[in-house]
Amino acid sequence: MRIGIDVGGTNTDAVLLDGRQVLAAVKTSTTQDVTSGIVAAIDGLQAQRAFDPAQVRAVMIGTTHFINALVEARRLAPTAAVRLSLPAGASLPPMVDWPARLVDAISGRSYLCHGGHEFDGRHIAELDEAELRKAADEMGRAGVRSVAISSVFSPVNAEFETRAAEVIAAELPEVAISLSHEIGRIGLLERENATIINAALRELAAHIVDGLATSVSGAGITAPLYLSQNDGTLMDVDFARRYPVATFASGPTNSMRGAAVLSGVDTCAVVDVGGTTSDVGVLGNGFPREATTDVSVAGIRTNFRMPDVLSIGIGGGSRVRGGTGDVTVGPDSVGYELTAKALVFGGDTLTATDIAVAAGRAEIGDPSRVAHLDRELVRAALDRIAADAAESVDRMRTSAEPLPVVAVGGGSILLPDTLAGVGGVHRPEHYAVANAIGAAIAQIGGEVDRVYAIEPGRRDAVVDEAKQEALDRAIAAGASPSSVDIVDFDEVPIPYLPGNATRIRAKAVGDLQLGD
Amino acid sequence: MREITLDDLGDIASGAAVLGTGGGGDPYIGRLLATSALRTHGPVPLVSLDEVDGDAVVLPVAMMGAPTVMVEKLPSAEQVGLAATTLATYLGRELTHIACAEAGGVNSLIPVAAAAQLGLPLVDADGMGRAFPEIQMVLPTLYGVRATPMSIADEKGNRGVLDTVDNHWAERLARSATIDMGCSAMISTYAMSGRQARDALVPGTLTLCAELGALARTARAGHADPVAAVVDRLAGQRLFTGKVVDVARRTVTGFARGEARLAGTDGDAGSELVLRFQNEHLVAERDGAAVASVPDLICTLDRESGEAVTTEGLRFGQRLTVIAAPADPRWHSPGGVELAGPRYFGYDLDPVVLAR
Repeated sequence: MRIGIDVGGTNTDAVLLDGRQVLAAVKTSTTQDVTSGIVAAIDGLQAQRAFDPAQVRAVMIGTTHFINALVEARRLAPTAAVRLSLPAGASLPPMVDWPARLVDAISGRSYLCHGGHEFDGRHIAELDEAELRKAADEMGRAGVRSVAISSVFSPVNAEFETRAAEVIAAELPEVAISLSHEIGRIGLLERENATIINAALRELAAHIVDGLATSVSGAGITAPLYLSQNDGTLMDVDFARRYPVATFASGPTNSMRGAAVLSGVDTCAVVDVGGTTSDVGVLGNGFPREATTDVSVAGIRTNFRMPDVLSIGIGGGSRVRGGTGDVTVGPDSVGYELTAKALVFGGDTLTATDIAVAAGRAEIGDPSRVAHLDRELVRAALDRIAADAAESVDRMRTSAEPLPVVAVGGGSILLPDTLAGVGGVHRPEHYAVANAIGAAIAQIGGEVDRVYAIEPGRRDAVVDEAKQEALDRAIAAGASPSSVDIVDFDEVPIPYLPGNATRIRAKAVGDLQLGD
Repeated sequence: MREITLDDLGDIASGAAVLGTGGGGDPYIGRLLATSALRTHGPVPLVSLDEVDGDAVVLPVAMMGAPTVMVEKLPSAEQVGLAATTLATYLGRELTHIACAEAGGVNSLIPVAAAAQLGLPLVDADGMGRAFPEIQMVLPTLYGVRATPMSIADEKGNRGVLDTVDNHWAERLARSATIDMGCSAMISTYAMSGRQARDALVPGTLTLCAELGALARTARAGHADPVAAVVDRLAGQRLFTGKVVDVARRTVTGFARGEARLAGTDGDAGSELVLRFQNEHLVAERDGAAVASVPDLICTLDRESGEAVTTEGLRFGQRLTVIAAPADPRWHSPGGVELAGPRYFGYDLDPVVLAR
């Protein structure tokens, strides 16, 4: 058995799974301290279906806590950014494009030092250890508690970041140190931003992770605890302490992966229909397709590995306007006021939920309050919703092949059984706790993302080397060797560079090796 | 617009991405550099070509190298200014104006940073009216203006001046130096007098970039069609609307070459468009027949937002509208076609003349 828990801004959901079978599922309120909500959720599972805590093999938690802390600019540690790039890069120092309030919230300081690599591996400048010690001394006196280190082309060669960390740690043994090559990909400013955010969250991460561990062990569970990452794979608690930023997009990822498990379809489009918006994403082999463009979080440009999600303004609370010929649904919504404003709840606003009830697709509130609605209008509104959903799914498709559609979320009753030009819609059981299920079934991954110089005739060897390194990384992270496989591979030649420089990304995943 | 202020940079960046015709790189870094320079030094005066004195000393500046390197090893504002002052020193002339070598991508904004840093006016003009991949592909070449003496500068303080027998040699030697400098260098080239600039440059390109950016932004805000606004302003035409179904890329002689295949949607359902590119889009073929080619502009825009999509940003599933717009008429002269027509890029094809 395993337990999956999703800690959202509003609800904490938990599921108890045996293999992929759902034994119990509960929804409770998220609490201020996070941990008491988790205790309540585990108690809820126990009440629904008694289980022996010793039989639980693993607990997986997905949480939006860290991204919310950044968005709300609270509980962030005083942080310094050290960039190894001089004599390059001085015009655009760390945090150059950050909102001022977030720079203030982390008491952000930046230090430009010598170092960094050229694209072909030469040194831009040698590391200057005296310069680093001087910076560390200043940081110590300024009360810095966490340090982010970035270096030019560190995803290709990390030697300077690693050495700088040793020098700074020797001067400031108490501070947490985050290294950019472990966090982001090519694109210095975006990688550095992600690293600084990670650094600012390190203290909170230690606190929350301790709390999670305590609440789980308090329930008598001795199994290991994992947190789910942006890409749908797991990290152990030790990793979570060091890389809280890797949890940022786990919410949509878990909901999509949960949808895959509930429906039994692992290559599909997932439509998660909430109250205000519908999020459409695509799963390939059970993993969300990642966004290739840069993602801005709280006004900070990053290159996190985030799922590629298209949001449209259609949800259960969407306002419906116009007549049969010109009906519109959304993008504005009555949101959390649905139970006061919708017609079926005695309100005076025509919403998408009212349309679903009038059409007989759902029994919510008082159906007699929508009995008077024009049948033609109801059909026109449902057609409008179906057309917009079909268009979104079609936009997100990655190939001309037909793609199954899985609908989750409370508002998924708005979708028809078939989408024009797309195909049938699967609506699985337990759709309301898809996130917690996604957390529970997350796998262990390993990844390589690096620029290689491919000499003539060497391509196959280089590709094999990259794939093997990804597999080794997954196994080192805890995947069972018999289950690991390459799930994603991408090769992009880089313009202007000599020697056929090619960026290769390989990702391997496998099932978590559960201890006996 | 009589001066460029911080508020103008967003529109200039998005308009420059359109004129970049798929190349020129993401203007984000250029925009940050210009922002930082304007914050430090204040707004940059923008002068039209007819305001430039005949004896003025006009130096175009540009970034040379790989946009993919520039996002890692960030250029410095000093480096941009250094390229211009190095060339002025070599020429023994007092520099009076900065100009853009090309309109498009980062190279529309790097001259803004240079002008701010040096406290000089920027000429509202450029050497191409679009982006092209090689140094000699500028209209001044047609007027006998030489690319050299040209300067090249890196972030370490290395500077070089090249004096070559022709503009093709300038491209070749500067490309080698750029690679040794770490694939990201600043250059100043095509030094010219105000008189030559008035003859040889394409007028009004920075104003055009700003207008294109503003038109698309306003159209989006008013729920109008941003693509239509851009097409109208460029006196161009919509070639095709469709979904990217295949992108093939390969690196050939230091450039990113490739093809993108679009399956028609909307009014173009049932048809296919193939885009052939070398950093910039070169040829568009509809169902096997060329419908637009260099030297005219072929731009890929997001169908809904009207935002330009660069060739390195093309990916499966995107919904794009492909537009074509006439290049400066001088590009269609025999000399212009020889410099940057389809045959230079290896396509056995006369330039397609767009219906006006």
